Amino acid sequence: MAVIELKGIKRHYCLGEVTVKALDGVDVNIERTEFVAIMGASGSGKSTLMNIIGCLDVPTEGSYILDGLDTSGATDDGLADIRNKKIGFVFQGFNLLQKTTALENVELPLLYDRGGRGGDAAKLAKAALERVGLGDRLHHIPNRLSGGQQQRVAIARALVTRPAIIIADEPTGNLDTEMSHEIMRLFTELNDSGITIVMVTHEEDIAGWTKRKIMLRDGRIIGEARGQDGGAA
Amino acid sequence: MNASTLVRLSLRSILRNRMRSLLTSLGIIIGVCSVIVMVAIGEGSQASITENISSMGTNLIMVMPPRGQNAANRLVIEDAEKIRREGVYVSAASGVVRSAATVIGGIGNWQTSVYGVEPDYLRIKEWSTGEGDFFTGRDVAVRAKKAVIGATVAKQLFPDDNPIGKHFRVAKTPFEIVGVLEVKGSNAMGSDQDDIVMVPLSTAIGRLRRSKYLQSIEISAVSEEYMDDAQSEVETILREAHRLGPEADNDFTMMNQAQIIEMASSIAKTLTVLLGAIAGVSLFVGGIGIMNIMLVSVTERTREIGIRLSVGARRRDILRQFLTESVVLSLSGGLIGIILAIALSVFLESAVGLRAIISPLFILISAGFAAAVGIFFGYYPAHKAAAMNPIDALRSD
Repeated sequence: MAVIELKGIKRHYCLGEVTVKALDGVDVNIERTEFVAIMGASGSGKSTLMNIIGCLDVPTEGSYILDGLDTSGATDDGLADIRNKKIGFVFQGFNLLQKTTALENVELPLLYDRGGRGGDAAKLAKAALERVGLGDRLHHIPNRLSGGQQQRVAIARALVTRPAIIIADEPTGNLDTEMSHEIMRLFTELNDSGITIVMVTHEEDIAGWTKRKIMLRDGRIIGEARGQDGGAA
Repeated sequence: MNASTLVRLSLRSILRNRMRSLLTSLGIIIGVCSVIVMVAIGEGSQASITENISSMGTNLIMVMPPRGQNAANRLVIEDAEKIRREGVYVSAASGVVRSAATVIGGIGNWQTSVYGVEPDYLRIKEWSTGEGDFFTGRDVAVRAKKAVIGATVAKQLFPDDNPIGKHFRVAKTPFEIVGVLEVKGSNAMGSDQDDIVMVPLSTAIGRLRRSKYLQSIEISAVSEEYMDDAQSEVETILREAHRLGPEADNDFTMMNQAQIIEMASSIAKTLTVLLGAIAGVSLFVGGIGIMNIMLVSVTERTREIGIRLSVGARRRDILRQFLTESVVLSLSGGLIGIILAIALSVFLESAVGLRAIISPLFILISAGFAAAVGIFFGYYPAHKAAAMNPIDALRSD
């Protein structure tokens, strides 16, 4: 069963008299445990697509079913709950709370958990940090961590709610090559353990780590490729 | 997110910017403090006035000249006598004249108030002589040049001697001192009640004043429950004495103690409200300060808001977070303000002698009001935070 089903997704922005078609009819199915890269030049619509998959934005037209749940018609609160339960975000700029320890950063999604997991927040957050190899950095604040470590905290935060998918937006964009590879190795490991990952990138060698690449241009899918082709070696 | 998490979060972000938080709360601190202190001073002066008037005498009824410029004073010593003689509900009555005068004798001179009164006056005032005697009705009848002096006057003129039997002069008239009044101390308004000289009413009218008319007649009713009866009785007696026809208006005014207290405390009440309102303005300004800083804080923390929204915070969660923050800020400012106000009132009372009464209820009200200020002025910034678009918020620097 597909965890992400996108059908005829359009996203149009009205800027005065001009209508910008950021997405103009996208159909994609992503199966459970896939590791997908969405690729494209800037302006291709990949960020818009990522925002829609991540339930940060809603399509102008089309249907999006996430993990068996139809997201169309969801209220603001409904979208927030979906983000909380089903989606983990990893951003290019890490987006950690400053002056807040790694542990507390990872606990954050659980504070908004409406399923009553807030009580176990510390325990779950510690487990997630151990999983990304930061078991000894629980009480460090972001400023005291390297870029790679900060991104791993962010990955732990994405993992902690056991979401259906992890969405990564240029996760290596702010990292040097060595750290980038470190992060990609972590993603590969997580994917191997059964976690679905959708990644947006414009870097070929980073995309090379994934198992499936979807190419976007001008808001449409122009091609797809499967299989790892380097980088992972 | 539960309440304790919210409070913990807001405390942390408040403590993260200590200086800013303190300055922000300062408006509330000053506002709450000044409201409480102003109202406390108002209440204090109201209580002082009430006490002061209560100490003017027991079950007191005062008869005074009519109000208005064309109204002539027709109160004479015989009126007081008639009231004393005929009033069934009257237990004591005394005509009163008073003037400021220099008294000379003993070791020097002293500026004081000289009262012309009748023997009943002491009973009306619940006062007595500490040494010697008061002058008698006969002394009044014969215009005896006898005086009873207050403890302050005694100390000023005769610091080393017993003044009883000594002579002194009031203006140019020599008097013999027959008694010294018991020490009464300052009244609630702080003026010295022992700075007084009492002489027979007739002597005061004949020797010290140019007019035969009284400034007031002070009357004690037999008991509190007969105040109204006594008052109407006195009115009847005076109308008879002044030969007023049934259509004529009273050529005097009457006031009982309750009315005097009511009148004076209504002035104090107005003062309290006025002071409180002025201080309330500063509380309002303090609230605007909170709104200002919360708006800055929301702008600064746009990215944090974006992060929270992206991990699944509902708009309501964001609203609550910022609202809690402003309430915690204003409430803690309010609590500091309350503590400061209590300290200030104690200081005012002990150092300046200004009476300030803080009621526990009013403290609760001010704390509630501070919290309300936080909600009122925090709502707009919190709403602004909650209305952010997560995508834009995440993208902000």
